[in-house]
Amino acid sequence: MTVKQISIFLENKPGQLAKASRTLAENGVNIATLSLADTTDFGIVRMIVDDHEKGYEVLSKAGFTVRQTEVVMVKVADRPGGMAELMEKLDTAGVDIEYAYAYALGSGDTAILIFRFDDNAKAEAALAS
Amino acid sequence: MNVVELRKMQLEKLQELIPYEYERVPLFRRRCDEKGVKPRDLVTLKDLGKFPFMIKTDLRDEYPYGLTAAPMKDIVRFHCSSGTTGKPICIPSTKNDVDIWSEGTARCLAMYGITKDDVLQVSYGYGLFTGGLGAHYGGEMLGCAVLPTGAGNTEKQIMLMKDLGVTAIACTPSYFLHLADVAEKMGVDFRRDTKLKHGIFGAEPWTEEIRRRIETMSGITAHDIYGLTEIAGPGVAGNCPYCNGLHIWEDHFYPEIIDPDTLEVLPDGEQGELVFTTLDRRGTPMVRYRTRDISRLQTEPCQCGRTMRIMDRIHARTDDMLIIHGVNVFPSQIETGLMKVPEVAPHYQIYLESTDTLDHFEIRVEVVSEAFSDNIRHLEELRKRVLVAVKTIIGLTPKITLVAPGTLPRSEGKIKRVIDNRRK
Repeated sequence: MTVKQISIFLENKPGQLAKASRTLAENGVNIATLSLADTTDFGIVRMIVDDHEKGYEVLSKAGFTVRQTEVVMVKVADRPGGMAELMEKLDTAGVDIEYAYAYALGSGDTAILIFRFDDNAKAEAALAS
Repeated sequence: MNVVELRKMQLEKLQELIPYEYERVPLFRRRCDEKGVKPRDLVTLKDLGKFPFMIKTDLRDEYPYGLTAAPMKDIVRFHCSSGTTGKPICIPSTKNDVDIWSEGTARCLAMYGITKDDVLQVSYGYGLFTGGLGAHYGGEMLGCAVLPTGAGNTEKQIMLMKDLGVTAIACTPSYFLHLADVAEKMGVDFRRDTKLKHGIFGAEPWTEEIRRRIETMSGITAHDIYGLTEIAGPGVAGNCPYCNGLHIWEDHFYPEIIDPDTLEVLPDGEQGELVFTTLDRRGTPMVRYRTRDISRLQTEPCQCGRTMRIMDRIHARTDDMLIIHGVNVFPSQIETGLMKVPEVAPHYQIYLESTDTLDHFEIRVEVVSEAFSDNIRHLEELRKRVLVAVKTIIGLTPKITLVAPGTLPRSEGKIKRVIDNRRK
């Protein structure tokens, strides 16, 4: 399934991520998972929150540069080979992964991954097959 | 006025000015004597080249009254320019000096198509700086309804602009960019919500690319006004709707172009340092004042029919030139490169710092909000494009840092785009 992800453009200055997290906290927005991608000059925080509309709004108001992107949430069997099978399906369909990160969730026999594909619809179709 | 009459008038004015200055200003007299040149040696306009120059440090050294030629009973106004590096410069003016300057500004406004029906908001700083009062007096002379907001308190300025039906604004180009940012945040669209048609921009160097950005973004016509405190203030020259440059009001301000190294006068059409002589000023006359601005006097006649010569827009001030890794670089060249990339906002800063090896040279630039991608590859690709655009012009490879919109400092007056922390 596709979900909305919020990305924030951050300068590599101390306190930036703290400020963003505090803004969400003060507005009662809960972060389900996040990934931090960075270069030497700037970072991009990508996160899945419980209320992405509100999260987007409060961060924009606080002066952050924010984007909403559709990403794909995929369940993977939590056993050796689970990931390989998934990747093979995508490979066969000719889908490129732009980035991926794991969703933190309680224990169980499945893991959840967040993907951004070059073509989300095509990837979803491949995964459903 | 035809060119022959104009040259005759200039010569007559010079033949009055030079003896006046020689009698009243000891520094000028001393320098003339050292060069062995007497006021009577001025027989043709060409002879002006025999007389000594004045430079900015003369104004500092002679502060406060060394270059003042008129008695205090005739002085009505002072303007001073900031003395960030020591003593300020001070220009006492007579009533007629102020009138001539106001006339220069009024002529510029009229040339831009502004009339007494216009409402002119003056957002230049008022006070010792010439911008505010210069535009104010020029606007009043033309008969505009002048709104003297001065710089700062931007939200209120935008409210007044809307409510009073302001049609023209005079400010620095960097302040207008700031004003546009704030207007956007307030949900004010210049096209939809205001009657603004004209922007009169000066007091800092700006490029053609920034002019286009301003026009596209706000729907106004951006006019260029040139001036400097040492000579008058904004209103010495301005652009007409036809010319690719600025007509100089040379019946009052006589221009020359010199080679800054040999100090020889260059013929029209050649690029060099702009030098002005104030033909009518009597409070603080300037003879051959070196502006440090790099320009050229154009030779082609203007379609508008004005015979006053056109100078190229000021792209570079010799003062602004940076020597980076041994290469001469003007901030305006960097601006031209940056503005070629549409995702780049017109806000940037140039940072220089000494290191043990090659000096650190960095350009921090804001990206427009729409250009932000959650994909690092896209941003890296954008950074590479910015680098290529700058590198193509200056031949150096600065470190390009992309920053979020609204994070670089904004200015309400003249903006400081270069932070040079190198050991001197």
